[in-house]
Amino acid sequence: MYTQVNDQKTFYSNGNGKIIQGQPNVVFIHGAGHDHSVWVMPSRYFARHHYNVFALDLPAHGRSAGTPLKSIDAMADWICAALDVLDVDAAAIVGHSMGSLVALNFSARYASRTRVLALLGTSTPMPVTEVLLNAARDNEHDAFDMANTWSHSPFGEMGGNENPGISMMMSGQRLLERTPEDVYFADLNACNAFADGDRLATQITSESLMFVAAQDKMTAPASALKVAQLIPQCRVIHLNPCGHAMLSEQPNAVLDGLASIV
Amino acid sequence: MAKPPTLKFDSLALHAGQKPDPTTGARATPIYQSASFVFRDTDTAVGLFNIERAGHVYSRLSNPTNAVLEERIATLDNGVGAIATASGQAAMHLAIATIVSAGEHIVASRSIYGGTHNLLDYTMRRFGIDTTFVDPRDLDALASAIQPNTRLVFSEVVGNPGMEVLNIPEVAEIAHKAGLPLLVDATFTTPYLCRPIDFGADLVMHSATKFLSGHGVVIGGLLVDGGTFDWQGSGKFPTLSEPYAGFHNLNFAEEFGPAAFITRARKEGLRDFGACMAPNTAFQILQGIETLSLRMQRHIENTEVVVAFLEQQEQVESVNHPMLEAHPDHELAKAILPKGSTAVFSFNIVGGRTAGIKFIENLKLFSHLANVGDAKSLVIHPASTTHHRMDSAALDKAGISEGLIRLSIGLEDAADIVADLKSGLRASQRGL
Repeated sequence: MYTQVNDQKTFYSNGNGKIIQGQPNVVFIHGAGHDHSVWVMPSRYFARHHYNVFALDLPAHGRSAGTPLKSIDAMADWICAALDVLDVDAAAIVGHSMGSLVALNFSARYASRTRVLALLGTSTPMPVTEVLLNAARDNEHDAFDMANTWSHSPFGEMGGNENPGISMMMSGQRLLERTPEDVYFADLNACNAFADGDRLATQITSESLMFVAAQDKMTAPASALKVAQLIPQCRVIHLNPCGHAMLSEQPNAVLDGLASIV
Repeated sequence: MAKPPTLKFDSLALHAGQKPDPTTGARATPIYQSASFVFRDTDTAVGLFNIERAGHVYSRLSNPTNAVLEERIATLDNGVGAIATASGQAAMHLAIATIVSAGEHIVASRSIYGGTHNLLDYTMRRFGIDTTFVDPRDLDALASAIQPNTRLVFSEVVGNPGMEVLNIPEVAEIAHKAGLPLLVDATFTTPYLCRPIDFGADLVMHSATKFLSGHGVVIGGLLVDGGTFDWQGSGKFPTLSEPYAGFHNLNFAEEFGPAAFITRARKEGLRDFGACMAPNTAFQILQGIETLSLRMQRHIENTEVVVAFLEQQEQVESVNHPMLEAHPDHELAKAILPKGSTAVFSFNIVGGRTAGIKFIENLKLFSHLANVGDAKSLVIHPASTTHHRMDSAALDKAGISEGLIRLSIGLEDAADIVADLKSGLRASQRGL
């Protein structure tokens, strides 16, 4: 589905469902270099369960036009603009990785628009190593290699996917490889520069859920748990074995968790 | 496109796609000999059917043993996913049926396995899909053969029986410029010798009956999706980029991104055509893949010895193998197939059809049969067997001389292989 947000062509998947006024809304926000397709299974689940699903492609990602937004604040504001256009009053806000920072930021600053909050693979701050930032800045393929490898646990690297016949590693790799030039750097830079997370976490008023992966090398479990402790009403679901790519490494556990709050 | 830095090939050949069985701790991949799988509850059942949850429903669609094999070959080939099929032919048909429809067209190498040629030149035409066959070395002819309704370019990595080495990067570029994917049959090379996706191919198929298994006890095929082709951007593939009424208007490219092709192939092709692999077969192929590197190294080493031997024999008119400097694709083979090009090759025997028959019938170690890629050395004389109905002119048109012998070099001691060939060559010339 396409709409216009800030005069830019914007794509969102509705999980093969229908948008009907009065149904509960759920908004999915993808991570750096990703797009709506990472949410395919939860999108389809919630669509079938009569939710209005909005798995958005941020500007310059997936099928959305535009240039990448430079900061987490700007992304959260953009989500607000998108919800205005989509006529969404309040929604379950779900974010992964960079998307979790956007979700956290949005939920703190737009509390009335947040029904519940679910964060997957988060930490505040979310520092990005210089070698990865530099590779992304130079549009080197190494950036995808590094990020994809670090996003998977040893289990994820070896395989044994719950999703039959699909390579977790190569799926992640190919998705990153579709990212247009300069977009990945903009995303990583926004994560790296986001400094206000701890304060914002304390301001969240909605019921919240945090997914913490035991082998997460991108957002360490200890960092994620620290954020969970700062959020006033935050439940934690531990995923093990699992790395940062929890939507591909533990799709069913993530879905069960989301179903418990969304 | 590079591969993510991870475990090396030999480790992945042993481990990719499998973890010790969570229920029993079994180290080997268990054979899940079960047609169907119990649902946790009704909502889970619907979720599995509706691609909301990961798991298994029915073994025609997926099976835990097959899934290990599928993930392993996808990993070894640098693909996003794979499907195990009942045979290599089934894998080829699944690839075509997923993206090519009646009224559309395929450009294929003319130097391909006879079974594939039959499928393309006779059977698929009956279903409204035409194929133009071209010399795989003639890239201008290949480009010229592409029509507005072309939907697929197909070739083998190493041609059969012509031994042409496919210039994968250039052929892929031609295909991609036309908005088309390149499918290659990598049966002869396996991912140990060549990963076609790394060179630009988009889809790969294998007859897993051959080198991937090595033991020659099962029939199976594998179809691998590189996840590299832009189905949406091409605009030529409505089966992937438009809503599919057969799955509640699911748009595969939109929802599954890089895994669009392999998901549609499973959700439609396996579901409807049903050419799935038996789990016991998947187990047997996995046993083969565990030793793929070691076996392919030995296949190539033995082949080098045999080719050098045949080159020196007066009963041999010519040897056709890319490792030879005189082969037209020798330099290309060094680039595309640096570990060795193949253990299946052909030579021409002095004395034509009669000598060929005598040669075959005097071999003791080689098995005379219609297969390749076994651990045992194999031989066939097309003029007296697979192509026996053809006269000299027809054989010539097919690129097969009356004295052409095809060998598949096995893992026996190289000295024993050479001794058997020497004996056969000597016998072939008696009474001519």
